Amino acid sequence: MLIKLTGGTLYDPASGIDGQKKDIYIQNGRIIAAPSAEMPIEKEYDLNGKVVMSGAIDMHTHIGGGKGNIARTLLPEDHRMDPVARTPITRSGNGHAMPSTYVTGYRYAEMGYTAAFEPAVLPINARQAHMEMGDIPILDKGGYVMLGSDDFLLRMLTAKKDQKAINDYVAWTMHSAKAIGIKVVNAGGISAFKFNQRKLDLDEKNSYYDVTPRQILQTLAKAVKELGLTHPLHVHGCNLGVPGNVETTLNTIQGIDGLPLHLTHIQFHSYGTEGDFKFSSGAAQIAEAINSNKNITADVGQILFGQTVTASGDSMRQHYNHKYASPNKWVCMDIECDAGCGVVPFKYKDQNFVNALQWAIGLEIFLLVNDPWRIFLTTDHPNGAPFTSYPHLIRLLMDRSFRNDMLATIHPEAQKMTSLAAIDREYTLNEIAIMTRAGAARIIGLKDRGALSPGNWADITVYTEDADRQKMFTKPDYVFKDGELVVKDGEVIHVKWGTTHVVRPEFDISIEKDLKPYFDRYLTMKMGNFKISDDEITEDGRGSITVHPLRGAA
Amino acid sequence: MTEIIEVPSPFCGIGTDDLTIQVEGLALKVTANGCAVNTPAFELPITDTQARVAGQQVSLETAISKAADILRNTNQPVFGGCATDVNGMRAILSLADRSGAIVDNLAFNNARRNLLAMQDSGWMNTTLAELKNRCDVLLIVGTDLEGFAPRFFERYLWNEAMFVSDINNREIIYLGKLPAGNASTSPSGRKATLLACDDADLPEVAAVLYALLKGKTLQAQTVAGLAVSDLQTIVDKLKAAQYGVITWGAAALAIEQAELTVQTLCGIVKEINQQGSRCSGFPLGGREGDQTANQVCGWTTGYPARVSFARGYPEYDPYLFETQALLNNAEADALLWVQTFNTNAPPETGLPTIVLGRSGMSFNREPEVFIPVGTPGIDHAGHAYRLDNVVAIRLKKLRDSGLPSTAEVLTAIEQNLQVSPC
Repeated sequence: MLIKLTGGTLYDPASGIDGQKKDIYIQNGRIIAAPSAEMPIEKEYDLNGKVVMSGAIDMHTHIGGGKGNIARTLLPEDHRMDPVARTPITRSGNGHAMPSTYVTGYRYAEMGYTAAFEPAVLPINARQAHMEMGDIPILDKGGYVMLGSDDFLLRMLTAKKDQKAINDYVAWTMHSAKAIGIKVVNAGGISAFKFNQRKLDLDEKNSYYDVTPRQILQTLAKAVKELGLTHPLHVHGCNLGVPGNVETTLNTIQGIDGLPLHLTHIQFHSYGTEGDFKFSSGAAQIAEAINSNKNITADVGQILFGQTVTASGDSMRQHYNHKYASPNKWVCMDIECDAGCGVVPFKYKDQNFVNALQWAIGLEIFLLVNDPWRIFLTTDHPNGAPFTSYPHLIRLLMDRSFRNDMLATIHPEAQKMTSLAAIDREYTLNEIAIMTRAGAARIIGLKDRGALSPGNWADITVYTEDADRQKMFTKPDYVFKDGELVVKDGEVIHVKWGTTHVVRPEFDISIEKDLKPYFDRYLTMKMGNFKISDDEITEDGRGSITVHPLRGAA
Repeated sequence: MTEIIEVPSPFCGIGTDDLTIQVEGLALKVTANGCAVNTPAFELPITDTQARVAGQQVSLETAISKAADILRNTNQPVFGGCATDVNGMRAILSLADRSGAIVDNLAFNNARRNLLAMQDSGWMNTTLAELKNRCDVLLIVGTDLEGFAPRFFERYLWNEAMFVSDINNREIIYLGKLPAGNASTSPSGRKATLLACDDADLPEVAAVLYALLKGKTLQAQTVAGLAVSDLQTIVDKLKAAQYGVITWGAAALAIEQAELTVQTLCGIVKEINQQGSRCSGFPLGGREGDQTANQVCGWTTGYPARVSFARGYPEYDPYLFETQALLNNAEADALLWVQTFNTNAPPETGLPTIVLGRSGMSFNREPEVFIPVGTPGIDHAGHAYRLDNVVAIRLKKLRDSGLPSTAEVLTAIEQNLQVSPC
């Protein structure tokens, strides 16, 4: 089947196209060059006057894994307000803060997204993450596997094992857990919490292991580089949410010696201690550090006002934050000498000084970081806000007067503590396309995705130009996934199943000589039963695995 | 004959995965690391392999077609049991979504004691490997732990630990029910502390523990026959522990106010952490696919496994949608029952009944449709959740019995119903 998309205005930053009228041809799921005149076009879409981008990619969103399911179970009252009925082609479910899997897929697709990546796959919980993502229709998916508080790594570091052995363990874990990146959450802090440490600074030692968070970050960042992973080490920093943590974040950037680092939900790590409330914006310093350190990328983790639930691997910080739980119920878990998690419902309020300033800090970071290829649009779903709020966030970035109108309604003391009103910048459509498409595909290391040039998979979103950007991005005219039309006028009309993206760096299998006795002595599962096999993802006939090249090997 | 090693068990709830099993034709024999729960469950022989309609042996296709007919002509079916693997539960939910059924896991009344507490105030829990490597004080409330899982102590307490220098120093305290045997005695002979009381007194005893932890002064010297000073000792030990764990089995708490007792225990755990020591809860369960049902239902609907699709979208009610109540009150008009782990019969009812059961299941009243299905982890591969709710184990296929999986049968029934696929 040959499909032609005629006359749309393309925003395809990966190909250097910024608002040009061009036709697109699709065959066998991929975009092809203009075919010869003899080839019959079976379906043509007139896209004159429409905005065309590749399908959006969420590079950090909690869509699969145990803590999300804890969040769901914890909040039946949140689901009751947002039931989603079955249709002839879609399954029923529930939405709002932590939607059910099917609803997650439909709602992402209905906003023009075609891929989403779970950033906190615990190795021991990776099966669940993949099973949940396996029940998310339409989207492609993948995960970053969490290391840094696992006892095996901390024992290796304490025993001063060489970098090669660490690299082998990291690569082995990626294979076992089927991952495309490596994530660190509060490096060593989740372990430290199990030893009853309640805080852990960058250079503070774990009370049991002779290891600091900085060492863990350096070692894993080096492993990522030496293994040739495209996605930089994905870092949820120390001291999340702590006033003054801007110093920790700057110190993290300085101390990584130029290695690639992705600082996630950086809004939560950009707080100073100035002002009457001893809470202030560190956004300008953070943006300056990102601007001047080309090895650093970040996603924002914007908060938006309203009820949500925070679900994080950072059991240490989540336990501290439980006093802000709203409603007042929360879950913390220590998990399998591997990691942990904390689930705390939050209600961000515009009349709460701290929440209001958090909102402003996130926007300041978006607007003060110059290079849209190195900053990504996230709310750290569901932690800052549910992903369904992205169109609203896009409008805040693209529409200065709208932003200032909103700014005028937040807590007055917070208004005084932000420079937001003085920032003129408005994101362009091309910059939005970079942040949510081309840049995201590049930073994750997705081959043949996130672009509209021939050879790419035909993940394509078509919008009607509208000065109200929230309206525009809420309801695309068309969304194509692998060349099949899945959404029309903002509603799912066809359901298909995406692939699971992974990388498979090489490693020395002799690492299993150390791992097997460790599993036998200390863990509650045999090493052989721990490793996830490909057929666990593909055997249902819907799932598939796509292996991406390592850096430079493309 | 073949021998399969490192076999994971879906039966014991603790995800034991070191069994060795000999396979000879269809016969299984556990030759290493068996226990009173796992060995008989694995070795249960296959008897019937043929589906039946009204007691007559029929082809699988005929049984599937009859089951679809029954569902087509119902207004409010209930899908009970739900004792299966992840793919089986996925298929139950898919069929229920299409048929407007109520889905209810057979252990939900037990799980409810935990879920009501969790959904009201949350909890701080841990998992097996943390318990194995860290726990130095274990308080067991209202449960015979070794009766629940015969190898629990051997595998997780009297075994090498990363952070406990001498495992013999681990302090085991039973509160309420006492153990049937001596599994809780350490290798060096150190015995557990036993504080017996009636199950019915556990709400009061738990409340006293919480009060003592909060520093309240009690006038009473004894509660439920226990010296308050002994209860104070428990509190002191938990507070002094490096990593205390409080465990309970919701199934064993067959008492009024069980959920309040669970909530009090969870409150004690949180309070100890608040006061500056580490402590975690550890609810027991994981049998007959209960955690599996709740997990899969959780991500598919947002709710644990007592859900109605009658309105076209999932609704959760921990009381209204109980299978037995629906049958008693004539609120359902058909029963689909899934039990792949054992041959226990479904609840008795005069309603049209479809049973997907383990081979050998017998009935007082023959159901309209009986389809013997494979047991996950024996007859087909699959996934099951352990009691600690984090770890899903990969179940192996051990033999070629030809028995279909729950998912295969239910998917075929759904296809037979022939509405558009999604």
